[in-house]
Amino acid sequence: MDTAVAKTRSSWWNGGRSPFNVSYGKLMMWYFLMSDSFTFGAFLISYGTIRFSLNSWVDHNYVFNKFPFTGEANLPLAFVSLMTFILIFSSVTMVLAVHEGHRMNRKGVEKWMILTILGGLAFLSCQAWEWTHLITSRHEVLVDGAIQYWGTTTSHNPWGPQVLYNGHLVATPGPVAFGGYFFGITGFHGFHVFSGVVINVIMLIKTSRGDFDKRGHYEMIEKAGLYWHFVDLVWVFVFLCFYLI
Amino acid sequence: MSAITTTHEAGAGHGAAQVKRIWKAFWILLVITIIELILGLTIYFIDKQANPSETMIHFLKGVIIILSLAKAFYIISIFMHMGDEIRNFIMSVAIPATLFIWFIFAFLFDGNSFKNLRNTDAGSHPAIENVQPHTVPVIKEGEKN
Repeated sequence: MDTAVAKTRSSWWNGGRSPFNVSYGKLMMWYFLMSDSFTFGAFLISYGTIRFSLNSWVDHNYVFNKFPFTGEANLPLAFVSLMTFILIFSSVTMVLAVHEGHRMNRKGVEKWMILTILGGLAFLSCQAWEWTHLITSRHEVLVDGAIQYWGTTTSHNPWGPQVLYNGHLVATPGPVAFGGYFFGITGFHGFHVFSGVVINVIMLIKTSRGDFDKRGHYEMIEKAGLYWHFVDLVWVFVFLCFYLI
Repeated sequence: MSAITTTHEAGAGHGAAQVKRIWKAFWILLVITIIELILGLTIYFIDKQANPSETMIHFLKGVIIILSLAKAFYIISIFMHMGDEIRNFIMSVAIPATLFIWFIFAFLFDGNSFKNLRNTDAGSHPAIENVQPHTVPVIKEGEKN
């Protein structure tokens, strides 16, 4: 009796089966994502360190307060919440594609994969608009006693502390690190979204060719799904660190 | 391959129950995000007042961080099916991730220390007042940076 129990308990490690009950590919995808999370974590923690080390930072509610087609309206958090909803929604369509894959339903996988790809493209378009807006819009900055007009780039930050100049408040140059961290980290995340879209397109093509039906399982959709959810997971923290706190 | 049981579906079955679970996780994520946005806007309006309460802002930011961790948990556990894997595997991912706790505390304290050194003469660098501001190139309206 005792030996029987011991045998059942240690059977995961007795050989002949995966001790983690996952396939090699999925296990390695998880470990890749773990290493990738350390890359993103290192970027975000470095951003936090620099932000803690400076006496002033930018006020995100004034930097990110524009929405397409609304002109100069002051709408803090509006556009980034749209981007967040798009990404959450594309995450749920992805997990539904994985679910249809478990049921070996090719049509269902195709439908949800197309919606996921559209969500990814919508997110990338939003990011393109936001970057363009930040880089090309001009803001008054008081530099060395004269007014200049700056965009937000990796070398210019027009969002520093405000001072009185000729009777009205004008911003002074803010920490240059802001542009570098913002464009660096959202760019690295955007690149992950882009490669996720490419992977999803490949998976959609393979699905519609019937490759996974021939193989007998849709595990590739699951692995692409893990990557896609990870992109959403990283966005939770990018959203937190740049737009909320 | 044949030895691997698809534990994901075993608990909830292949049908409507699993789909229901997915949509439930979606609504939870959506509601948490909306609460975060409301708190974010609350911070914005507190900040606009004449005497913003620093303590209140720090408290709200703390709540937002906890809500974000809850979102991360739902994404990993439900969407990535980690909650349905076996314990050994979960631990092989979760234990290395606890390094982040040390990471965050160590580096934020370091940043705070940089700030103290920057603002006093305690460090090897002169205090900020003595540093010459570097000249920046002149940019007129309409020019590219």
